[in-house]
Amino acid sequence: MTAYQGQTLSWELRAGVLEVWLHRPPCNEIGSQTLEELERLADTVAEQAENWVGIVIASRLPAGFSAGADLRELYQRMQPLPVEERQRGVRDFLERIHRALLLLDTAPVPVLAAVHGVCFGGGFELALVADVMVADVTARFCFPELRLGLIPGFGGIPRLKREVGNGLVRDLLLTGRSLNATRAHQLGLVSQLVAEGRAFEAARRTAEHLGRFDRTTVASAKAFLKPVPYAELRGEIELFCELFARPAVEEGLRRFVENTSPLPYLP
Amino acid sequence: MRTLEQTLEEILTLTSQHFRIPRAELSPDDDFFKKLGIDSLQALDLLTRLERHFGVELPDYELQGVSDFRTLARRIHDRAG
Repeated sequence: MTAYQGQTLSWELRAGVLEVWLHRPPCNEIGSQTLEELERLADTVAEQAENWVGIVIASRLPAGFSAGADLRELYQRMQPLPVEERQRGVRDFLERIHRALLLLDTAPVPVLAAVHGVCFGGGFELALVADVMVADVTARFCFPELRLGLIPGFGGIPRLKREVGNGLVRDLLLTGRSLNATRAHQLGLVSQLVAEGRAFEAARRTAEHLGRFDRTTVASAKAFLKPVPYAELRGEIELFCELFARPAVEEGLRRFVENTSPLPYLP
Repeated sequence: MRTLEQTLEEILTLTSQHFRIPRAELSPDDDFFKKLGIDSLQALDLLTRLERHFGVELPDYELQGVSDFRTLARRIHDRAG
């Protein structure tokens, strides 16, 4: 299926490039519905991508690429459950999203993220599966998980370590601060920085350009250039589940859900 | 290198332009959340524009407890090389 209209994301194959659009208001928070549709996307990629030129992932929402995991859904769903079931539910979610993101990460064609605005938490982790990060000057990148008593759980730490120096990874994770696109470009996280509102077009043109090259060579080069940190990805799941069991996490989620601060996204 | 007062004036001018509010209606000690009626995402957008304009990185935690333009100018000024 090379066209799909979902509740949270959609895609269409145009001239060999699969255009994937995130569109769940307010800012593409990743909850259970988005997970299902990401799984559908990943399966489609695994079955059909070898016939394509590339994949571009972008957001239709003005607020940004994605604000990350749907913490409100997580908090509300965990409330009636005993601890063991909460743990099982979270582990299941992580295993599923890791599988979907891994299929995107290892797609046999280039994947490009076209980022604008907020690219936080799980949204940042989605963007990090891309081979090329194109961002407009409004983009901001952040891993705010520590203020919930957690770490990124969708594979963000191992994948960010592929992109930038470990010192920056520690700074971003331990402070929870957000990084603007200009600085991210200087640091090599963003490889192409473009004018406001132009990220998708630039990513699309880049994907088309990549279609000029032999597909087997592109797929082989990609696999060689971007090793998958399987052991670290597994380790991240285990650490996340261990941290999630702590009472501080539920308290952190409660504070986020009840937050009336004008800056709830800030650490 | 800019003085603190220059930094403050540029912040007020940029804010006026970005949010289309007459410069004369903004003063250094205004609470910018109340004055501008902005949400967190708009605040982050303003932060991005200020960082680009001044060529600085302003970690978000530096904004904790900051709600007026004068204190914001101090934070930005401190980060300028």
